[in-house]
Amino acid sequence: MTEPVTTGTEVPTGTANKVFPPLDPTTLAPQLVWLTITFVALYFLLKKIAIPRIGGVIEERQNRIQRDIDAAEKLKDEVNGAMKAYEKSLADARGNATAIARSNHEKLTAETDRERAAVEAATNKKLADAEARITEMKQKALASVGEIASEIAGPVIKQLTGKDVSADEVKRALNPGAGE
Amino acid sequence: MPDPIHQFEVKRLFPLEIFGVDATFTNSALFMVAGVILSFGLLMYASRGRSLVPSRMQSVAESLYEFVAGMVRDSMGEQGMKFFPLIFTFFMFILTLNMLGMIPGFFTVTSQLWVTAALAILVFLTVIVVGFAKNGLGFLKLFVPDGVPIYVLPLVSLIEVISFFSRPLSHSLRLFANMLAGHITLKVFAGFIIMLLGAGGAASAIAPLPLLAVLGITALEFLVAFLQAYVFTMLTCMYLNDALHPGH
Repeated sequence: MTEPVTTGTEVPTGTANKVFPPLDPTTLAPQLVWLTITFVALYFLLKKIAIPRIGGVIEERQNRIQRDIDAAEKLKDEVNGAMKAYEKSLADARGNATAIARSNHEKLTAETDRERAAVEAATNKKLADAEARITEMKQKALASVGEIASEIAGPVIKQLTGKDVSADEVKRALNPGAGE
Repeated sequence: MPDPIHQFEVKRLFPLEIFGVDATFTNSALFMVAGVILSFGLLMYASRGRSLVPSRMQSVAESLYEFVAGMVRDSMGEQGMKFFPLIFTFFMFILTLNMLGMIPGFFTVTSQLWVTAALAILVFLTVIVVGFAKNGLGFLKLFVPDGVPIYVLPLVSLIEVISFFSRPLSHSLRLFANMLAGHITLKVFAGFIIMLLGAGGAASAIAPLPLLAVLGITALEFLVAFLQAYVFTMLTCMYLNDALHPGH
């Protein structure tokens, strides 16, 4: 390696007039001129054309998303309203059903009660009639027993004693208190 | 071994003079023009559909736009958006030139100190002009931080002034040095491969090592190319924010 080796940031020392190229003062003016031209050109190209174009798309998208979100919000409100109305009508229907059921129940109960009362009254009446008849028949039967006893008492006594006893006497003897 | 500095030489392509100023069209100028055409053309081509649902290319353009717009909003607030075209231009210009420089054999405009210095000074002057236009003498509050005891205030103000005036220096040197160093490193490592192969024998056997290094550094340099465009733009936003809100 006969040539000087440059290994980093040091200035090459090969030729006497050679300067470190990135710091070469003779390139200052032409680079600044072209930097100014290109930078200003890029600035106006971006500012007037590219930025409005890209920014416009982004803004439009943002607006669109906002619009969609608003619409969704509105629909959600509507759905909530419909839901509420549905729930209200459901509750109303349930209330109505309960009321109808209750009134039906009451009506039926009242009817049943009335019928039962009527049937019971009729039964009771029949029962009372039957009892009255039984009592009457019993009394009649009892009364007949006395008569029968007195009727057969005369012949029985005549057979046993041979004495003729009048019916009245027998009767008095059977019913000690009745003749007085 | 190839000269790693050779790639930074500005070559005069054809001479030109505007108003007595040397405006020779150089390879640097060629790549600046190419950068402008490429960045503007790419943005226009990508957004040609203007569709509501962006195509892949369109979302690239929109991401670049939103990326810089987000940077501007975060650092300066909504009122900073009037500087958006300028800051977007800085970002696109530097990013495109950095990326163009990554192509082998291409010239890296951002590795020229005059270019980065001019861009940094443009930012510096913009900050001063906007600062005084917006706040009048209130802009000088930038050098008088709140809540500093009066007896250390002169010292603090002095430091603030020095830091303010050294901004264009660090602003330009950061981009310049990063691009320069990256490209030199690439060239040096690539030179190693040729040297080792040329040496023959055992030396040739380890030639793949610098090749791997070049691969890694190339990937790193792509990152640096983007990152430095981002850093330059971010700092521009922060400096402009000082012009808008000089009170700390």
